[in-house]
Amino acid sequence: MKRRTISLKVNGIEQNLEIEARTTLLDMVRDQLGLTGAKLGCDIQVCGACTLLVGGKPVSACSMLAADVDGCEVVTIEGLSEKNSLHPLQEAFMQFGALQCGYCTSGFILTAKALLDECPRPSEQQIRDYLAGNFCRCGCYQEIMQAVKEVSGK
Amino acid sequence: MELAEIGKTVRRLDYETKVTGKAQYLADMKVPGMCHGQILRSPYPHARIKRIDASKALKVPGVMAVLTRDDILHDEGIEPYYGPVFKDQTIVAVDKVRHVGDPVAAVAALTADAAEQALAFIEVDYEELPAVLDVHEALSPTAALIHDSVKLPSSGFADLAEIKPVEGTNICTHFKLNRGDIEKGFAEADQVFEDTFTLPATQHSFLETHACIASVEPGGRIIVWATTQNPFVVRTQLANIFKVPVSKVRVIVPYLGGGYGGKVYPKVEPITVALAQKAGRPVRVVLSREEVFYTITKHAAVIRMKTGVKNDGTLVARECEIHLDTGAYAEIGPRVAKKSGYTAAGPYRIPNLKIDSYSVYTNKPPAGAFRGFGVSQSAWAVESQMDIIAAALKMDPLELRKKNGYDEGDKFVTDETLRAVGLKECLDEVAKSIGWDSSKFKSSRVQGSRSDSIRRGKGLACMIKATITPSISCAVVKLNEDASLSIYIGTVEMGQGSDTVMAQIAGAELGIPIRKIQVLGVDTDVVPYDLTTSSSRSTFHMGKAVQLAAQDIQRQIKQIVAKEYGVPEDKISFADGKVRLPETALEYAEVMFKRFGMQGGTLVGDGQLKTSTKDEFGEKSTSAFWFLAAGAAEVEVDTETGKFKLLKYATAVDVGKALNPLGCRQQLAGAAITGIGQAIFEEIAYDGGQLINPNLVDYVLPSLGDMPAVIDPICVETPDRNGPFGAKGIGESALIPVAPAIANAIYDAVGVRIKDLPIKAEKIFLALEQKNS
Repeated sequence: MKRRTISLKVNGIEQNLEIEARTTLLDMVRDQLGLTGAKLGCDIQVCGACTLLVGGKPVSACSMLAADVDGCEVVTIEGLSEKNSLHPLQEAFMQFGALQCGYCTSGFILTAKALLDECPRPSEQQIRDYLAGNFCRCGCYQEIMQAVKEVSGK
Repeated sequence: MELAEIGKTVRRLDYETKVTGKAQYLADMKVPGMCHGQILRSPYPHARIKRIDASKALKVPGVMAVLTRDDILHDEGIEPYYGPVFKDQTIVAVDKVRHVGDPVAAVAALTADAAEQALAFIEVDYEELPAVLDVHEALSPTAALIHDSVKLPSSGFADLAEIKPVEGTNICTHFKLNRGDIEKGFAEADQVFEDTFTLPATQHSFLETHACIASVEPGGRIIVWATTQNPFVVRTQLANIFKVPVSKVRVIVPYLGGGYGGKVYPKVEPITVALAQKAGRPVRVVLSREEVFYTITKHAAVIRMKTGVKNDGTLVARECEIHLDTGAYAEIGPRVAKKSGYTAAGPYRIPNLKIDSYSVYTNKPPAGAFRGFGVSQSAWAVESQMDIIAAALKMDPLELRKKNGYDEGDKFVTDETLRAVGLKECLDEVAKSIGWDSSKFKSSRVQGSRSDSIRRGKGLACMIKATITPSISCAVVKLNEDASLSIYIGTVEMGQGSDTVMAQIAGAELGIPIRKIQVLGVDTDVVPYDLTTSSSRSTFHMGKAVQLAAQDIQRQIKQIVAKEYGVPEDKISFADGKVRLPETALEYAEVMFKRFGMQGGTLVGDGQLKTSTKDEFGEKSTSAFWFLAAGAAEVEVDTETGKFKLLKYATAVDVGKALNPLGCRQQLAGAAITGIGQAIFEEIAYDGGQLINPNLVDYVLPSLGDMPAVIDPICVETPDRNGPFGAKGIGESALIPVAPAIANAIYDAVGVRIKDLPIKAEKIFLALEQKNS
């Protein structure tokens, strides 16, 4: 197995990691860094459960090589909250009941964060389009819309 | 301080850990020394296994164990056959494989890569057999037999005791329901309607796939971390398979990433335990998305329904034949067929019935429980045909339903009295929500239109469903020395919000704030018995057990206070989290201190709910409570392309009492969204016996882009006298009316009737072509 070393910033912390060349970004954060908030759902880049932010943009970590984030800044759900304060999206998701089983939640919150960073006042249609690549099988879509709208209105 | 108030939305106890990504699910867990397990699966729908040779696989570096039929057939410590109703499943295939994806062998290795490599080195010689691929083929006298014989368990579910396979056929079970005089009924009818409705197999598609970690300790104790909705059933089944007492099997369940019925009964647990036993190390198996499709599905069905009606709309007779494709193994299909049969009359008084409901073996992956459990199948036929009848009689579909629909005190098809029946309230609520116009059905029908080619229509549907009865839920509530509470229950938190509701119930009963209450995770070594987290039963059953356990603590406190303070028990009451005496009030912590003489000690409250075929008031009861619900859809259909859009969906469910209102609305809207997926695109596609879409690209799930602008979840409250604070179960109700409501709305819009799910633009287009030609 070919191994290589990459340097990157994960949740604000500089890291040098030795990885196998074929390791996915998802396996790297889950297995090597113990950040298990991102989940494997479909394994083919359609369900959004593995979403991470790379350079502020949402990516499907199940289908991206860790080697390709060399030199990048990666944010996981664990990097969103400070010790005693949650990100406004995390607060809004709880307030509006935008989750049930929670398996899709980190993906939705990170995707919504990327949207709001890019476009602080999105229209309803923009929210729908941007989040259409994330599945919530418990069916909290209406509550997710409400939560994202709440934060975008602030 | 947030009081545990009933009927007020409480922030869920599982939320903080979930929004921060800290909640642990099974695939997030590791156990020291853990191996990775992988399963070799059948490439054929039906084949005899002539030879298996695992010797080369064993030589792959890192491989710790390879499991084949030789290991389970020649081990006195293993009973190879299991299954919740019939013992027709084996840990790995023994003589035959019966569906594509049927487990044939398994490997445990130090790395997942080694395990995967080793699978390729297991040699299997198959002799292909004719495959039976649909229910009609399966019933043909010349069809290949999928099971030569089926072993019955020594003891099983009380409600399925009389149900047996039909020897020498592929009929897994045949449920019959006869009522009144069917011939006389049809003779009395002015009009008779006969239609056949079909719906395909679908998949639960929880984002968390099935997974298991198993460890077998020296001495034979089995420890299993499982993604299961019913840990105690898994415990029993593992105890039977590995021939140990249930006390030697420990099942631990972390948060589940969704269940929806697809995680009841043993799934990946038996094979993982067998691997761990053979490897002498803990083993973790995490199924791939594709493997989930081979593990469990929802029953496809063909339903022939013949109904006799008077010209005034009174339903007088129904004959109905339901064939459910249960796949290669019975799983819980026999009960699904029974529930479909019981609800083939819908929520309506029909005096004369002849219902035959079959679960049928085919060479497809096993079908089992899916949110709605047999009723979403029967309701597709019942509620579609109600609108066919209404159209023929030029009646308002709402009026037709209300004319025949159950009222409080009516007799169900089982001849038991229905209680807490909010059916008509649900119908009225959804009709109001989508602006139902009853007057238009009296005149010639004019459809709403937005332009020449776009038509709008509205449709509704309703349903009745039962919960599993008899059943058992036990709870333990501990009052700690600081007046905080610990709740020990076997209800699995899979997203439905059960932990929070249980805390609310105990808290409300004792006046203790939510923040002082902890609901423990599920561990069968620690929590008392619960039958299952399914059948929408937990709020009602476990909620009641928790309530009784809290009351048991009150009873003990009364005894302590009477003894220590000399106050008669009948002068002691509880309010606002305090013990009220005639002159004064005591804090719980004071009473605890008095009882134990120092800061310490525990009071243990015990609560048990056992439902039986007679309820608490001595009435016959095949269901501990009844689910009633209605749904209404508004659609827009393009008459040139058949393409349609769901504009609005309203769902009303009789919840008994909404304990946590936001939680209830989540269940209603969530179930409705699952229903929308099933109604408009979900379908497992086969080519021969091969699944051709076992992935989430080709098997399409609803996303935000598919949602109507508004989903209106409405809680109707008809308190149930047996439920905690009047509450009933609600998890499944909202899903069931969705598909027929949408089909009825499409008919209302463009006058074509779709009888085959899913409702696709192409089908509407072809039906429009046919209608116009």
